[in-house]
Amino acid sequence: MKAIQNMLTIKEEYPEIIDAYEKAGGNKEAFTSKEVASLVVHESRVLSANQVEGIRLKSEQKKQGVAIELTVEEGRKIKYPVYLCFGILPKEGLQEIDLKINIQDYAEVSIIAHCIFPNAVNIIHKMDADIKIGNNAKFYYSEIHYHGDFGGIKVIPRAKIEVGEKGEFQNTFSLIEGRVGKLHINYEVTCAAKSVVEIVAKVYGKEDDVIKMFDRVNLNGEGARSLIKTRVVPTDRSWSEVTGETYANAAYTRGHMDCMEVVIGKQAIAKSIPILVATNDKAKVTHEAAIGSIDKKQMQTLMSRGLDEDEAVDVIVKGILR
Amino acid sequence: MTLDDKPIIDDLNLHVEKGEIHAILGTNGTGKTTLAYLIMGVDYLPDDGKVIFEGEDITRYPISQRANIGITLAWQEPARFEGFTIREYLELTNELKIGEIEDCLWAVGLPPSQFFNRAVDASLSGGERRRVELASVLAMKPKLAILDEVDSGIDVVSLPHIINGIVKMKSLGSSVLLITHNEDAVEMANRASVLCAGKILKTGSPKEMCQWFRQNCQVCDHINMPE
Repeated sequence: MKAIQNMLTIKEEYPEIIDAYEKAGGNKEAFTSKEVASLVVHESRVLSANQVEGIRLKSEQKKQGVAIELTVEEGRKIKYPVYLCFGILPKEGLQEIDLKINIQDYAEVSIIAHCIFPNAVNIIHKMDADIKIGNNAKFYYSEIHYHGDFGGIKVIPRAKIEVGEKGEFQNTFSLIEGRVGKLHINYEVTCAAKSVVEIVAKVYGKEDDVIKMFDRVNLNGEGARSLIKTRVVPTDRSWSEVTGETYANAAYTRGHMDCMEVVIGKQAIAKSIPILVATNDKAKVTHEAAIGSIDKKQMQTLMSRGLDEDEAVDVIVKGILR
Repeated sequence: MTLDDKPIIDDLNLHVEKGEIHAILGTNGTGKTTLAYLIMGVDYLPDDGKVIFEGEDITRYPISQRANIGITLAWQEPARFEGFTIREYLELTNELKIGEIEDCLWAVGLPPSQFFNRAVDASLSGGERRRVELASVLAMKPKLAILDEVDSGIDVVSLPHIINGIVKMKSLGSSVLLITHNEDAVEMANRASVLCAGKILKTGSPKEMCQWFRQNCQVCDHINMPE
């Protein structure tokens, strides 16, 4: 695995993927600033990369993807978010990303990752992440997907995350523009004492999209806290299943799961499977879920302001997924 | 209008004058909210009778059509919305200048700098949410605002802000149907009516109606049955 040189830019694919990135809502200026750590991967090629002081970024091209190691050095608080862009522009392809992230003790960083497959007809995108967040470290990870309008994609993100004592981890996954295709998320987070974890996912299913999300949090350290929040809107013939598991295994741990799935259309299906386990008599896990139709009162309220039924649905859905 | 064969609104005649605040007094369960819903077109249709607005029979109009001709409702328990701000909520149907939104918030005692970008979700207290509801009605500049117990459960500090919002509504030319239990709120009305068991029993000056309501309705044993 080699260290990435600053501002390495290769191939004519670069402007194309940056253009797609911008169309998907990304901030392309981030990839031209020397002060911002960034990485652009198209298929199995690293097109550009930049690292900043306090971050060590390594990559290795593999047959069907890229292995990436990102380390934030102890005590470093990275001023600007790290921007990552993964994508495939052709209609077909396979991309496997092995991601190892190590946020050392007392370090702090945000990552904004875009995964872009605007023309996907037959694409598989897999991501296997192994994330270690040190003691008193803070890591905020935001992942935004755009898959185009054809739905021909399978996305399989898997992550194992360990959060150290008093560490903080926030993860936001968003797939609300274009089609989903088939999505199968699998995250497992293990929390040490007094750590705080928040996992948020927002997904908008259309046509025959399939959404399957599995989040598990192990609150193993005393006083650890977690929130799993999911907002899924399956429409048309799409199908969603959200499984949230929280295991409160130590004293004074607090876990909460908040699941909202709004079904729009007679053939759309939403399923929620909450699993709450407390193995300590001083622990507490709670759950709230709303599955089914759009809230009638919200609809009537918006209609009493002059919106018609379709406009009201649109406003409510946009709000939920924002 | 009946519900499970029980008359909820029965032989009711109510006329709200243009530009007036008309208060409706009534104990719990007398049909106040049902009356508000009938006028707004929410949930119920009358078995008989008509809802006339500016000479137009709107009895069968859907909610949004009624809103688009100038009627709106401030809900007793307003819905919460994820993901959009008070500013966006106030701008739902009207493109407003920032100053206009600020005016609406100030009118109900919500400092814009603190509330402009707050979400209209569960993070607002009950009183704040009701005041946001009132501000959003103000922003709509309706011809008829139906206010369904917007002062209910409001603390004494917030109540003057609610009253101020209603006064502002009138000053902007709206007619107001003010459903309330609060005599302080009734006092600002031009007229008041007493509702009991789905009937308007009396209409008169706010002072007279409050007195009559105190002497008759609040000691009435038979809720939902007029004397």
